[in-house]
Amino acid sequence: MKGSTGFFIHAKDLRFRNLLFFLCLPLAASAAPPDAPSVIVIRNATILTVSHGNIEHGSILIKDGKIAEVGQSVSAPKDAQVIDAAGQFVIPGIIDCHSHIAAESINEGSVSVSSMVNMAEILNPEDIDIYRDLAGGVTSANILHGSANAIGGQTLVIKLRWGQPAAKLPFEGALPGIKFALGENPKRSNFSVPGQPRRYPATRMGVEETIRGAFSEARDYKKAWDEYNKRIGAGEKNLIAPRHDLRLEPLVEVLEGKRYVHSHCYREDEILMLLRVAKEFGFRVRTFQHVLEGYKVADELAAAGVGASTFSDWWAYKVEAYDAIPYNAALMTQRGVIVSINSDDAEEATHLNQEAAKSMKYGGLSHDEALKMVTLNPAMQLGIDKRVGTIDVGKDADLAIYNRDPLSAYAVVQKTLIDGRIYFDLQRDIAERAEREKEKKALIDKFKKAAEKKPEEKKPDAASQKPGEKKPEEKKPEVKKPEEKPKPPQSGGTDAGSAVTLGGAL
Amino acid sequence: MSAVCFTALSALSCATPPVQAQGGEPQYFAIRGAKVVPVSGPPMENATIVVSRGLITALGKDVAIPPEAWVVEGKGLTVYPGLIDSFTDVGLPTAPPASGEGGPRRPQEGAHGPEDRPYSTPWRSGADEASLSDKRIETWRSGGFTTVVSSPKGGIFQGQAAVLNLAGERAGDLVVKSPVAIPVTFQTSGGFGGGFPSSIMGTLAYIHQVWLDTEWSVKAQATYEKNPRSVARPRYDRTEAALAEALEDHALILIPANNSIQLRRALELVDRWSVKGATYAIYGGQMGYEVASEIAAKKLPVLVNLKWPEAEKDADPEDKPSLRMLRFRDRAPSSPAALAKAGVKFAFYSGGITAPKDILKAVKKSIDVGLAPDTALRALTLSAAEIFGVSDRLGSVENGKIANLVVTDGDLFEEKTKIKMVFVDGRRFEIREPEKPKEPPKGDITGKWKLSYSTPDGGPEESTADLTMEKDGTISGTITSHRGTASIISGYLSVDKFSFTINIPIEGSPADVIFSGTFDGTSLKGTIRVQDFSLEFTGVKPTNATRAAAAYGGAR
Repeated sequence: MKGSTGFFIHAKDLRFRNLLFFLCLPLAASAAPPDAPSVIVIRNATILTVSHGNIEHGSILIKDGKIAEVGQSVSAPKDAQVIDAAGQFVIPGIIDCHSHIAAESINEGSVSVSSMVNMAEILNPEDIDIYRDLAGGVTSANILHGSANAIGGQTLVIKLRWGQPAAKLPFEGALPGIKFALGENPKRSNFSVPGQPRRYPATRMGVEETIRGAFSEARDYKKAWDEYNKRIGAGEKNLIAPRHDLRLEPLVEVLEGKRYVHSHCYREDEILMLLRVAKEFGFRVRTFQHVLEGYKVADELAAAGVGASTFSDWWAYKVEAYDAIPYNAALMTQRGVIVSINSDDAEEATHLNQEAAKSMKYGGLSHDEALKMVTLNPAMQLGIDKRVGTIDVGKDADLAIYNRDPLSAYAVVQKTLIDGRIYFDLQRDIAERAEREKEKKALIDKFKKAAEKKPEEKKPDAASQKPGEKKPEEKKPEVKKPEEKPKPPQSGGTDAGSAVTLGGAL
Repeated sequence: MSAVCFTALSALSCATPPVQAQGGEPQYFAIRGAKVVPVSGPPMENATIVVSRGLITALGKDVAIPPEAWVVEGKGLTVYPGLIDSFTDVGLPTAPPASGEGGPRRPQEGAHGPEDRPYSTPWRSGADEASLSDKRIETWRSGGFTTVVSSPKGGIFQGQAAVLNLAGERAGDLVVKSPVAIPVTFQTSGGFGGGFPSSIMGTLAYIHQVWLDTEWSVKAQATYEKNPRSVARPRYDRTEAALAEALEDHALILIPANNSIQLRRALELVDRWSVKGATYAIYGGQMGYEVASEIAAKKLPVLVNLKWPEAEKDADPEDKPSLRMLRFRDRAPSSPAALAKAGVKFAFYSGGITAPKDILKAVKKSIDVGLAPDTALRALTLSAAEIFGVSDRLGSVENGKIANLVVTDGDLFEEKTKIKMVFVDGRRFEIREPEKPKEPPKGDITGKWKLSYSTPDGGPEESTADLTMEKDGTISGTITSHRGTASIISGYLSVDKFSFTINIPIEGSPADVIFSGTFDGTSLKGTIRVQDFSLEFTGVKPTNATRAAAAYGGAR
């Protein structure tokens, strides 16, 4: 920790949320997962299916967590739980293709290749951001390692099943991923600590070399195991097996197409570089993340079949982000790239609907195309579009219900369902607040009373310290980190509907 | 009368053998007519325990007391098995070992990956580092803890834990069994140039890799030994070698997990690691009330940290605790009861509590919210012994077990109850609540005093009192006659009135000898009382102090 005082921490790269977590467990709005009635019917809603147009005054029948029927009328059994959504809008649950919530740590930035670490092992199901993002209509998120190294940790897609233990969060059957990062972050140009040795690499050339080096090792590693297995198969004795290498095994999975590569990037040159390296080693890049200069190489991206997951209008927070334009998402879409809008930020994730809407203003995408940016497109990018991303029979009942058109800035989520369970309900949340405050006060009073009873028993020692953990005072003080990308001034109450007409004018 | 007088004085001035009041007695005792709570069976009223050479050799109502045994009258006393602190570093010196002995605990330069074995010293051993110099040995023992499971602290693989008994003449006497556990922690470098691992996921990945490497090295080494001429020699690695050896000794792998997230993660780690032949236990366990049934399903024992979460004293008043945290503080002490109900085997550890009296108070909190006192006692004794594989020798009052006993004047968990004595390996230790001076002392009684008195048969005798006085007047020190030395168990100076007590065997039974009187600033005058007998004494400081003062004066 030495030399760290006053060091400027960039949120996206060095998230020490885990420390905050250890210091104070987040408020769990409700500890027990909500009950799931086996049959639910949503009635009288405007249904934006994303796949096959909009249905006015429509109904959705949910059976055992799956969408059983969608249409003007559905055959709901009498005992079905009814959600009356008169005047409300139902969309497929929002999918955030770049998230860092629900994790106790984000970066293993000490090494250039940290593929041995796995976000799946440090999920924090009590992170309040899960609940907040649910309240923004998000139902699935791609939980990524940070961008501190050229090859980062293993990643996974989760469903925001608030109240369930960590083991219940992973999106069943979704292919795992791995985070790569190009450019300034992995070369640590903004992150050197005075007095500490610089970590390799220090240039973009070095970033490329790091990736090539790691995949060369992975190729050799695979070869060593193949050879060993062959010789064992041939009945050879007295062989020493290769060591298992947890750093190289995920890279072998990438080579074998069993793990997606999600690569952080900004500039066109580094985007093309990774495409070349991938081609050389015979693996595919699944998505480029941020990809702010993607519009410059949209054809190459489309030709390589790589998804692009970008921001609506965040840029210029560092040199490599200067060439960004708000038309990026629209331009790439128009050249045939599958594009999603992501959050990379717990707060941003609470209004991804608005972020998607901006692509109507900047670039003139259609309402449906805009909505796809946060539903079907990220589902395709994450390989989960058979399960989620649209409102179709047979898909998971992951739905967000808004009081208005979800692409309106005035839209507020009323309910969020995952697997047919209501995980967020605005009315229930409001109703439970008083009770929670009451319980809180009762507990505080109880502790106060106990303390007054025997004041001599007060101990100076810190209490809730966990074994093996550092003392709180040894920790980095947990300050709200300045975001890497400063937020633009809030555009206030711009209705996305009117933005369509304004789009061409700006 | 005169016979008693004579005995008392001979005990004081020419006792045989040399008396070291605590721990220096012969190793034959009988506690007669006490209530015995064996833990392994139902309590017995009016029972007798015979202790010989460190072991319990007889137990029951009509047990013959061997002639050589020193008899402790047990009327009104209750005898429990010695308590066990299941995870601590009591008995180990707090300072890190000199460099070269234990190896660097933090890499000089940040580690570049798992292969650099960051924060790993699994070869360190609680047994090797046990030392009588640790003051907490006496503190813990006085609190009824006769046994600890101690491990060197610091690092991800910090070392191997040993079961230590808290008394002995040499450090080696402490060790009951070693190794019994391999504790791991999820320490990180903290980032910022500290090297690998800088995150908890890095630490986990590192530990996964170390277990894989350890298994690999065992196999590779065996293959090499069989075929040194055809197989390339595997590299020696101290971490792998130490862990492989400890696992062969059936050491438990201890996983840290306190809240529900960590507890569930620990359950998954057990599956993930599946180290060949390994057994596991969790330490922490304070949110066990949420996860008890899942832990039970995995049949994992839990060491429960008794340092219950509470508000930090100097917490920022603006920093409002979350409801979840408040619930945790409220419910943590209910975890043991929840674990018991779910059928989880658990034991307790002090977890940072510094006064052993507070350890029992913390247990009492759990009893107050539903933990059966029997279960609580078992967790402090037999369950702990079972978890660490020493229940064949420790954890209950049974014939043949090590004579680790706690003797109280009432129920162990009652606040008023006092621990009267403790036996460790059959050595007896009197426990005294130090008498506190009522008022501040006048002057300082510290120094070597020559005490003079006459024996009943008229002969003059002398003893030396080597006294140390604290600022508040508390006196400690030793009394030495020409035959032996006894430690002061309790003493004080209040204004000019002093009192200090030693305990020595008289006619085969321990008895208090109380020195009390007046201190006028330069000399002592008072009474020595033993049982019903008393005699006068005076005390002066050897004149060298006076002489030195005079010399100084002359020089001026």
